[in-house]
Amino acid sequence: MSEPDSVAALETIEGAPGTPTSSVTEAGKSRTLAGDAWETLRGSWVFWGSLVLIAIFLVMAAWPGLFAHADPRDCQAMRARQEPSGSAWFGYDVQGCDVYARTMYGARASIIVGSLSTLMAMIVGAGIGVYAGFYGGWVDILLSRVTDIFIGIPILLGSIIILSSIPTPPGSDFLNIAKVALAISVLSWPSTARVARSAVIQVKQSDFVAASRALGASQSWMIRKHIIPNAAAPVIVITTISLGGYIGAEATLSFLGIGLQPPVISWGIAINDAAPYIRSTPHMLLFPALFLSLTVLAFIALGDVVREALDPKTM
Amino acid sequence: MGRYVVRRLLMMIPVLLGTTFLIYTMAWAIPGDPFASRCGQRPCSDAFVAAETERLHLDKPLPVQYAYFLGNMAKGDFGTTSNGQTVLEATEKAFPITVKLTVVAITFELVLGIGIGILAALRRGGYLDGFFLFTSLVAISFPSFVIGFVLQYLLGVKLGLFSVTVGSGAPWGDLILPGFVLASLSLAYVLRLTRASLLETLQADHVRTAIAKGLPRGMVLRKHVVRNSLIPVLTYIGADVGALLGGAIVTEGVFNIQGIGGLLYHAMRIRENATVVSVTTLVVLIILLVNLLVDLLYARLDPRIRYE
Amino acid sequence: MFSKKTEELGKPEVDENQPLLRVRDLSVVFRTREGSAQAVNKVDLDLARGQTLAILGESGSGKSVSAKAIMGILDMPPAEITSGTIEFRGKDLLTMPEKERRLYRGQRIAMVFQDALSALNPVYTVGEQIGELFQVHRGLSRKDSKKKAIEMMDRVRIPGAAARVGDYPHQFSGGMRQRIMIAMAIALDPDIIIADEPTTALDVTVQAQIMELLAEMRRETGSGLILITHDLGVVAETADVISVMYAGRTVEHGPAVDVFANPAHPYTVGLMESMPRLTGAGDRLYAIPGLPPSLLNIPAGCPFAPRCPRAEDICRQDPPPPAVQLDGIRYAACHFAEEVVSHGIH
Repeated sequence: MSEPDSVAALETIEGAPGTPTSSVTEAGKSRTLAGDAWETLRGSWVFWGSLVLIAIFLVMAAWPGLFAHADPRDCQAMRARQEPSGSAWFGYDVQGCDVYARTMYGARASIIVGSLSTLMAMIVGAGIGVYAGFYGGWVDILLSRVTDIFIGIPILLGSIIILSSIPTPPGSDFLNIAKVALAISVLSWPSTARVARSAVIQVKQSDFVAASRALGASQSWMIRKHIIPNAAAPVIVITTISLGGYIGAEATLSFLGIGLQPPVISWGIAINDAAPYIRSTPHMLLFPALFLSLTVLAFIALGDVVREALDPKTM
Repeated sequence: MGRYVVRRLLMMIPVLLGTTFLIYTMAWAIPGDPFASRCGQRPCSDAFVAAETERLHLDKPLPVQYAYFLGNMAKGDFGTTSNGQTVLEATEKAFPITVKLTVVAITFELVLGIGIGILAALRRGGYLDGFFLFTSLVAISFPSFVIGFVLQYLLGVKLGLFSVTVGSGAPWGDLILPGFVLASLSLAYVLRLTRASLLETLQADHVRTAIAKGLPRGMVLRKHVVRNSLIPVLTYIGADVGALLGGAIVTEGVFNIQGIGGLLYHAMRIRENATVVSVTTLVVLIILLVNLLVDLLYARLDPRIRYE
Repeated sequence: MFSKKTEELGKPEVDENQPLLRVRDLSVVFRTREGSAQAVNKVDLDLARGQTLAILGESGSGKSVSAKAIMGILDMPPAEITSGTIEFRGKDLLTMPEKERRLYRGQRIAMVFQDALSALNPVYTVGEQIGELFQVHRGLSRKDSKKKAIEMMDRVRIPGAAARVGDYPHQFSGGMRQRIMIAMAIALDPDIIIADEPTTALDVTVQAQIMELLAEMRRETGSGLILITHDLGVVAETADVISVMYAGRTVEHGPAVDVFANPAHPYTVGLMESMPRLTGAGDRLYAIPGLPPSLLNIPAGCPFAPRCPRAEDICRQDPPPPAVQLDGIRYAACHFAEEVVSHGIH
């Protein structure tokens, strides 16, 4: 009764809407599952820790000025590669820019690339997965084969081919970011599609869908009322985990020199610039690397802990 | 068994065609001038444009282009690098080094990943289990070039335990640290998969039967728990060979190894995108073939599949 | 060759004059997140050589848990044996060190499980799985144990045993798989065979064959058979003695003939009446109303009272006497056992 609103949120994900919620029916069972999941999550320090970290990084991406007062583009060659000090906590980089400021401002590119890739991969992946799972038959066979083909190419290699083939639009930071996000999502939607498809097939075979079909419910109504709410939980979990993965992928591509390009400020670019000097001035590399890794960790840990809480087998 | 192999091979054909078509589309059929960003900061030389247009028949309709692209690959023609070498020649030299690196990485996955995974499962809920679960989460989260640089700095530069870069010819000893870095992500997955698979098998009915037969505990674990649990793990490691070849780009870049990844890394540094595309295409093809081989080997592990 | 190895071979020595199996006051509790579930509550069981004891009850009645406790294959935790003794030929299996206990499994007490497909290991041939009993307990070589496996498969009448010894479990039909389970159970000539719902997973036509085989094997080996089932038809044909369990307790115990002819507990009466009969066709089948209680929260008084047509106030307040003795050899846990025996429940 006195539990926070998140319980309700979890219930809409897990529970079958439109089914009675008394404690003896099947629907009651899934309700308890969501309740159990919430109980597990509430006491988990990984859950709260990753949520707090993600909140901090989101604020950092939106208003980096709150965290850093120095101008990240104020670079002076005379202080290049200076060690951390009281005035510049993380020191200066090769061009003499403030590493602390650049690290704070770097969050934005990573979060935007991650979110854009996730959004595209989720829309395409979930769309194709739900469609294939719901209609079955040859539609499913065809879409599943297409998914297999896309899964055959490792994401990193595929994005390398795409990024090397499309010229970087000069002068627009946003187009640069969008290009990287596109390259990542072109090959990453299949994992979401597979998860969505199997979730839909599972829901489709359940009794309450059969019942609603027997009662003459229209297909679009069934997709909206039953299929999507019930397939949502696994898709949200994999999306959270992959969001972390995409941020890591962006950094890797930028580190390789074909992802984001200066003047965009990004952790991957910072690490790339700092790499040759790792022996003498490791601080230039360690701070952006630390923030990058913590961001990825936060998303992956959140997805992981939610997945474990929702999986009745692990309880 | 024979029928299974044939069926797998037949099923592979459409996937292979689909994948190569996808690669071709991503590499050459993107709208706009195909040579706009191929040659670093400068525009491509007329000679290069002419040669590539001729090689790939870029003036013909798309299906014809793709057919020539397939034909070229079948002949082993993947284009040339900036110093006039063909891509195939360049990779021939680099390939054995990458294979060595991959072998080191897989050894880490097999020994550490499976070993620790079993240990964690048997100590489920203990401190050791929690420690390794968290460590593996960190390994999954930290991009491999970050892990590479950190280990290179700590173990190589600070402690001097390993050489920071790999000597020419890539001696095995020099590949230990890079191999571990390359394996780190998969190692973490193998650990978690082994743990989960073992925990699931421990609940299986046939394990209860084995205990009811009065078999000693060690034998129940070895023969009826571990053996069964390892099937999905080994399948994962097999499928992972491809991912390792891909990941080698980063690792070989960090440790300056002259393998396929090093080749690509170098080409990317100087923005020689034509070479990048050609070499990547070749690597993707190698990965597809390796995956096929692994798929066939898989049938040897699980009798249920063999007779399907 | 090594003294340690030879020490572990062969059956553990026992005193043949002691009763074959004597279970007293056995209680098993499952510790779960929701609380403690009393799965088995102060159960007594006896089994003599050559006897067939049927333990009858719905799922969740504690019959399977009792069998697993006797076999020593309960998952502990979450299960915990909170009281009781399980004496095999006078030796308490519960206080025995695990090293010694292990030698009783398979050799002295063997078990046939419900679902043979999942009870057999999918990645080994059936020959390997039967044979490993002989390797481990008799020290036979791989080759000899394979011969023994073929012998056992012949004994349970699997056609073409020699050719099929190298096949995997999934290549057999359900009935054949259960025969392999039985072959494994009788391989080392045990004194007790526990069959946990051995026919539930099978087609009706195959069920009778498997029951016949089990009975035959029991006759041949002279062992005692504990048959766990909810199928009264199976019990009627094979059992000498019946124990009826409800909510973790034994509610009625006695010779099969007597219990069938004249049940003394309202629950047993209900079970009998819910069994379809060829005679009296056209009658509606009786179903016991309601559901068994949650083991987390067993009501005070008699656990069957809420579903019992005979229940009175005393049933809802006081637990029934654990064993009202009737005709010297029968027991029932009911306040009104004597009246039920003589007048029925209606």
